[in-house]
Amino acid sequence: MKEPGMLAVLGAGHVGPVIARLALKAGYRVDIATSGDPEDIALITELVIPGAQPRWAADAVADADIVVLAIPLHRFLELDPMLLNGKLVVDAMNYWPASDGELKAFDDGGSSEVVARRLPGSTLVKALNHIGYQVLEDRARPAGAPDRSAAGVAGDDPAAVAATAGLVDRIGYDPVRLESLRAGRVLQPGGPVFGVVLTQPEFEQAVRHDDRSLT
Amino acid sequence: MTYTFGLDTFGDRNSDTDGNPLSHAQTIRNVAEEGVFAEQAGVDFFGIGEHHTGYFPMPAGDVVLAAIAARTERIRLGSAVTVLSSDDPVRVFQRYSTLNAISGGRAEVILGRGSSIESFPLFGYDLADYEDLFDEKATLFAELLKGGPVTWEGKTRPALLNQDVVPHTESGPFPAWIGVGGNPQSVIRAARLGFSLALAIIGGPPARFSAYSQLFQRALEKFGRPPLPVLVHSPGHIAATDEQAKAEFWPRWREIITLVAPERGFAIPTEESFDRETGPHGALYVGSPETVAHKIATNLRALEATRFDLKYGMPGLTHDQLMTNIELYGHQVIPRVRELLS
Repeated sequence: MKEPGMLAVLGAGHVGPVIARLALKAGYRVDIATSGDPEDIALITELVIPGAQPRWAADAVADADIVVLAIPLHRFLELDPMLLNGKLVVDAMNYWPASDGELKAFDDGGSSEVVARRLPGSTLVKALNHIGYQVLEDRARPAGAPDRSAAGVAGDDPAAVAATAGLVDRIGYDPVRLESLRAGRVLQPGGPVFGVVLTQPEFEQAVRHDDRSLT
Repeated sequence: MTYTFGLDTFGDRNSDTDGNPLSHAQTIRNVAEEGVFAEQAGVDFFGIGEHHTGYFPMPAGDVVLAAIAARTERIRLGSAVTVLSSDDPVRVFQRYSTLNAISGGRAEVILGRGSSIESFPLFGYDLADYEDLFDEKATLFAELLKGGPVTWEGKTRPALLNQDVVPHTESGPFPAWIGVGGNPQSVIRAARLGFSLALAIIGGPPARFSAYSQLFQRALEKFGRPPLPVLVHSPGHIAATDEQAKAEFWPRWREIITLVAPERGFAIPTEESFDRETGPHGALYVGSPETVAHKIATNLRALEATRFDLKYGMPGLTHDQLMTNIELYGHQVIPRVRELLS
């Protein structure tokens, strides 16, 4: 894809601002939006994500090359799928019942596969969900740094995976591509790389021996 | 600038010197002793966090705080935190207003989720409703704190119509904070409702919260409220030397975080991650009085906060180790931080 383009981050909670700051630093133009009025997050944007633009979700998405979903999963269920039609959407959300409660829609298998089914007009890639927001900025490193960490990128559309890998690389992680959303189950809570920060060889080793992606 | 210093506990279950767990009852009696000793050591605040597990058997911290209140004169006493979403704000107000009466006006409350999720299934709440529950209940709690008859209607408890809620406080609202773990929208909510801000920093570099104090004060301005204080709550352990503190704390930290990791999504701690968190840019205050004092002073300054609450203890440590921690915190760390900040 063209050089750092336009990113829309949906969600201004724990995760969204962290991804937005990393993307700004990497040269992206970043819009941030919630389900409500951009005025509600104007102060947060000014002080916590300086350089980003608070916008209505529909406007942010319309202009974006990549849309990052960083909202609680139960809020995703209330999101109008049409909003994201025709877009490359990065799913940074997690289904984590012990922490966030149970959601019947996500009871079976991979959460991103459920998200993809609910967004039939979008191209979905699972990424940026498995490194804790507390350390995501701290552990980012430029390409080639000896202590650079890896981050998984899983999707069914190779072009979309490549574009997302570009985003992951620019914000400071070695992208490890997984060949399908199904294979991306290894990135979920309870999986071998969730909440752990690993180098690329460690990461590849950890996911290779995990059977979540094989069945 | 006036700084204040607190200690928080979750009622971490003690072990004896052979590593055998003490009873829940003995652990609770020890917490009361620790609270009384904290005052003697010169600590300003003693907080008890609500938990409902065998390793944190502390669901009714306000009862323990009342016992401490009866044996102390000066130390402030409060929750750290009260899991408001799975409680009734009216009952929480009544319990802490009663504590305020018993203690002669020394009660405080920190409202939040903490890392406690056990209360949701226990009391029949759905974690998926967490945000809505907290928002509505915190709004009602802010009304209750004002002290007059309350009229309120919502989805989470029966409506109140011009309801007088007793006991009344003698001198206005007691201090009330909202605990925030990194969500900027929670910072805005605290400001909107007029609560002070408690930053719970339990992992990762504390400096990343530096914009939050500014966000909080700007939001207070926007809502037409006067400035309110910011406190930092973080875990740690103090012993005579860095080596001793780490040697005592590390196995207990590894054990408990490994136990809760699957349900909380924490990584299993490694020696490397522990070294990072106990180092100058990590969230754990583990070390000698000098090491811990420097870290507290640095972060209070960076985060524009005026209170630091050390969450001391960890399940499996002994009561004696905790008493030593309290003594070193009160007699050495607090005076040293004041000196560093003056």
